[in-house]
Amino acid sequence: MSDMQAYQRYFISTSQPKNYRTRSLVLDRPLAEAQPGQFVMIWLPDVGEKPFSIANADPLTAAIAAVGPFSEALCALEPGQPLWVRGPLGQGFELKGKKHLLVGGGYGAAPLYFLAKQARARGEEVCVCLGARNQAELLLAEDFREIGCRVEAATEDGSAGQRGLVLEAVRAALVDFPAQTLYACGPKPMLLALAAFCKDNRLAGQFSWEAMMRCGIGLCGSCEIDEPTCDAVGLPHGWLTCKDGPVSFYQPA
Amino acid sequence: MNKVSVDLTCELAGVRMHNPLVLASGVLGTSAALLERVGACGAGAVTSKSCGPEERAGHPNPIAVEWAGGVINAVGLTNPGLEAEIPTLIDARERLHAQGIPLIASIFAPTVEDFGRMAAGVSAAEPDLIEVNISCPNVGDEFGTPFSGSVESAAAVTRMVRAKTKLPIAIKLAPNVPNIARIALAAQEEGADAITAINTVPGMLIDPYAGRPVLSNKVGGVSGWSIKPIALRCVAEISRTVSIPVIGLGGVSNGLDAVEMIMAGATAVGVGSAVWQRGVDVFAVIAEEMYEFMAGEGYPDLASMRGIAIR
Ligand SMILES: Cc1cc2nc3c(=O)[nH]c(=O)nc-3n(C[C@H](O)[C@H](O)[C@H](O)COP(=O)(O)O)c2cc1C
Repeated sequence: MSDMQAYQRYFISTSQPKNYRTRSLVLDRPLAEAQPGQFVMIWLPDVGEKPFSIANADPLTAAIAAVGPFSEALCALEPGQPLWVRGPLGQGFELKGKKHLLVGGGYGAAPLYFLAKQARARGEEVCVCLGARNQAELLLAEDFREIGCRVEAATEDGSAGQRGLVLEAVRAALVDFPAQTLYACGPKPMLLALAAFCKDNRLAGQFSWEAMMRCGIGLCGSCEIDEPTCDAVGLPHGWLTCKDGPVSFYQPA
Repeated sequence: MNKVSVDLTCELAGVRMHNPLVLASGVLGTSAALLERVGACGAGAVTSKSCGPEERAGHPNPIAVEWAGGVINAVGLTNPGLEAEIPTLIDARERLHAQGIPLIASIFAPTVEDFGRMAAGVSAAEPDLIEVNISCPNVGDEFGTPFSGSVESAAAVTRMVRAKTKLPIAIKLAPNVPNIARIALAAQEEGADAITAINTVPGMLIDPYAGRPVLSNKVGGVSGWSIKPIALRCVAEISRTVSIPVIGLGGVSNGLDAVEMIMAGATAVGVGSAVWQRGVDVFAVIAEEMYEFMAGEGYPDLASMRGIAIR
């Protein structure tokens, strides 16, 4: 950042509902040099600041699930209202190969949409497996289809797609979609299961982790991944989600 | 050019270091794994995040942002409290000593008595040195003016800590005082083994479009390259006045900055905000840059550069 200001002010262009509690905030201009999997810190003066993954860079877009006071305040913003952004921050995904399997759990679908767009722009094949508790929690399935991705859904109650965990959808998809790389974003248990799956199946994997972020710039240590998790997925100890991640890379030997 | 071989080792209050670069308190010093990682990345010693008597969540976000001059932060002394800190320090010390790297334990407290309690408490973990943070600028609403603000209060804390531990102690000072050398001298007279200078410089960022301060705490501490001249001046004044060693820090981002600190009289050199710009590997990189400079300019060791700019 060469700019003198810590934050860039953006304005809401549109705020579109994506499911019962998630809105896609489309802002008034692009975020330069943003890569899929990177994140921004969004600040509302006197309200707070939190990290959000980048759902699209041009124009800058974030998918916000209203799960607490800050995200509720963001979801309440109307077109023309301002918000403040610093970033892009962190290490994003890197497209590898020509057939990409994207796996999103809950609102983990957001950064994958940006990745899918990038892959589709290169003319490459994308299959997206979306997991959620139920149909109401599913996110961006239509958006992925619109840009030419194959979409498989799995819900815990069977209300959309197949019943069960997203890992089952991944197994099923791989039968006739021989992906070279799996890219995942979602809750930690899902990532742990997928990391183990990649290892067992010698499949390259990229995993985007979530953590409480405070400084977002690799200084305060708040977003360190605990050592048992690091050991489980082969990360070095002291791995910082905001700086070393959010995306970690697994390459079979 | 005729290159000489260069010795980067140093000794600080009886603590031996393979190079003079110390991880500054509050940057990545929050767990044994992170302290170990910084050690493996080439630091000569590492300092833990300042710990106080009770657990603190710290301030709400925003707590730290990058700006054109470096960083400004008001983390608000987030820490797990003394009881939880001790096992972390023991774990960190064991891992670091396996690498031959000393551990500095940083403490803060709201009162002089609590500083005594903290010193006695962390001594149980046997760190190589205790750094006494009497200069955090970010908790004024709760704790009032930092103890580093006057000769009397700095002396009182040093006297208390000295009475409660046999381990070497370094007193960490703030730059925003009329006469930092007098405060350093008072700390020396009360038994401090070293001085650490400087803590962050109190400051404020305002977002003009928001019409609001950027940090939730409104004010914070400025660090990074823009404070280097302030830090060099403080280290020079302290080094001229005291005989105990100084850990000089503030805005050191490369080997030349570190050399300048030594030339201002520092024995060791702290690095904090540069971890953001140059990554955790910055320690090995700065050590290499110091080596290159010293080899090229014919300085065989740190002693041959120490304080030459203030003589
Ligand atoms: C995010 C952050 C947190 C800090 N926390 C502490 C702390 O807990 N205790 C302390 O003594 N200094 C703390 N400091 C100050 C640093 O140790 C150091 O004195 C200061 O940042 C100047 O060095 P630098 O320019 O290399 O960062 C903190 C600095 C930063 C940037």
